[in-house]
Amino acid sequence: MKNNKSNLSRRNFFKTGAIIAGGITATLALSSVNGLLFAGEQPKKRGKWYGIGIDINKCIGCGKCANACKLENNVPQEPFYFRSWVEQYTIKNDGTIKVESPNGGINGFQQSIPDEDIFKSFFVPKMCNHCSKSPCTQVCPVGATFETPEGIVLIDEKYCIGCGYCIQACPYGCRYKHPVKGTTDKCTLCIHRLEKGFQPACFEICPTQARIYGDLNDPLSNINYFLKNHTCMVIKPHLNTGSKLFYNALSPEVR
Amino acid sequence: MIEHFQNLQEVLSKVDGYIYPNEIELNWSILIVLYPYITGLVAGAFILASLERIFKIHVLKPTYVLALLTALSFLLVATMPLISHLGKPFRAYEIMITPHLSSAMAIFGFVYLWYLMVVLVLEIWFDYRRDLVIWANETTGLKRFIYKTLALWSTDISPKAVALDNKIGYIITVIGVPSAFLLHGYVGFIFGSIKANPWWSTVLMPVIFLFSAMVSGIALVMLIYILITKIRKQILDMNCLDTIAKYLFYILIIDFVLEGLDQIHRIYEAEESFEALHNLVFGKLFFTLFIMQGLLGTIVPLATLGTLQFYKPKEQIRRAIYLILSVLILVGIFFMRWNVVVGGQLFSKSFYGYTSFKIDLIGAEGYLMAFFWLIVPFGILSFLLWLLPPWKKIDVDHDI
Repeated sequence: MKNNKSNLSRRNFFKTGAIIAGGITATLALSSVNGLLFAGEQPKKRGKWYGIGIDINKCIGCGKCANACKLENNVPQEPFYFRSWVEQYTIKNDGTIKVESPNGGINGFQQSIPDEDIFKSFFVPKMCNHCSKSPCTQVCPVGATFETPEGIVLIDEKYCIGCGYCIQACPYGCRYKHPVKGTTDKCTLCIHRLEKGFQPACFEICPTQARIYGDLNDPLSNINYFLKNHTCMVIKPHLNTGSKLFYNALSPEVR
Repeated sequence: MIEHFQNLQEVLSKVDGYIYPNEIELNWSILIVLYPYITGLVAGAFILASLERIFKIHVLKPTYVLALLTALSFLLVATMPLISHLGKPFRAYEIMITPHLSSAMAIFGFVYLWYLMVVLVLEIWFDYRRDLVIWANETTGLKRFIYKTLALWSTDISPKAVALDNKIGYIITVIGVPSAFLLHGYVGFIFGSIKANPWWSTVLMPVIFLFSAMVSGIALVMLIYILITKIRKQILDMNCLDTIAKYLFYILIIDFVLEGLDQIHRIYEAEESFEALHNLVFGKLFFTLFIMQGLLGTIVPLATLGTLQFYKPKEQIRRAIYLILSVLILVGIFFMRWNVVVGGQLFSKSFYGYTSFKIDLIGAEGYLMAFFWLIVPFGILSFLLWLLPPWKKIDVDHDI
């Protein structure tokens, strides 16, 4: 009788153990699949979770986005401070690459290389990637930089001490120290406009609709349609920042 | 402000290749070069003191208290370049009140306070307590009051009490050595953990910072010991100096090997950033890296100290050599910090171009300001040496 009892409890022990082990393995297996499925971090389950899409094939390099951003957000007009800018990449026949962004592209571009020497040329609009594992948020010593539940990376300028650590940590060069305020400044995805139901300034002004944004959690959103129908890529994926700025037709030269 | 924009405009005109538009301004300037430099001097000086106290290398005794006071003088100033560099210096306290725990920088305040209050100040206090009581009895007026206050009105200088002081002092030093390692290894981590910057992002950074800190701190104490003995017209303890030089040589070898390993690793792996860094090293950093840090700050001292290990010229010549070498090493390590901090911002994270560094003479981040923060610790040290002269101390036997 005594023996039976111990056998039973041993069986139960193995049974429970197997369930737990199986559960853990299944969870691990599933989560690793999820990790492969998403270029960024696995989207949060509830609420809005903003992602951005830029179609490089549609960008004509007019620079209206960079200008609109400066006007809308009172970004200093000097050519050293940008929340949003456009780069022109020109790959020459000899394989050399020329990248330019005079005044962030605000005044447009003039191709300095003769047509016959050009292999290909394209424009790449740049802005904050609103990373889900953002290095800038990680390093802020006082927590002045934070991520909203909607996945927008913001700075509390009343709290920022202006140490510049986040500027060093951003791999995309999307932050600058405001010359007057002394605090760091960056793209907010025009959250003040989003809250009122408007589009961010750079999206609204874009004449070719090269930029779209939307809720990654909503299967019917613009951004998900864009991601489904294009081969998208983020910049510097090896840094694992969980970038939520997806580019269509991104060349490997773009960094 | 207009001048600042003009400066940036000038830098913009000198940009080589393509850099992100926000990268034209170097955000971490000479003051951030000073920060790891000064904390390194602190950690190094303390480690030299601990060689005498913990590792029982008694021949270093003449520099023991001097090393501690040097460490304290520099540590008191260590945060100043950091705070004066902040965009909002009056918010600096936020880092202590609401530290963001995932940030490598957030812990600095605590590491700093731990090291200052728990290690250095306590150790110096226990070391000086008996002398403070005696000096309080020997002096009158304000000085007496100061000594009494510094001794925290304690009066017991019985052998038992002194033995207890000594014992506690020893325990603090034992805690102090890993703390010194922590302080400077941590400063290295602030840079080494930035994955966006391939010039900084190396796992060796904290170790390299630590050993270069030891080298610079030991060289500083050596220099101060030579100068102060000269000023006091006393005789230098050559045995002590030779031993310091020996340890300096050993640690310099480790430092050199670590930095070499880091570079060899970079060259061999030749990652995405390799070409950009290669051009940086042979271009904008050539003078500061190869000449100042490599040749004058490392190779020359290494060769000279190595030669001195088996060939000993006359005392007078050795003295002169030690004086020159300590200055060279101090300059070399300064440029090592420069190459890390400024070098890490001269190339674009797009790896397509380079910016240049322009610094003013005056202004909050100018040369004069940096020079000021470098001179202040010597002022503090002079004051401490006047108030707490190590040469008037009763010798304590650290052998217990």
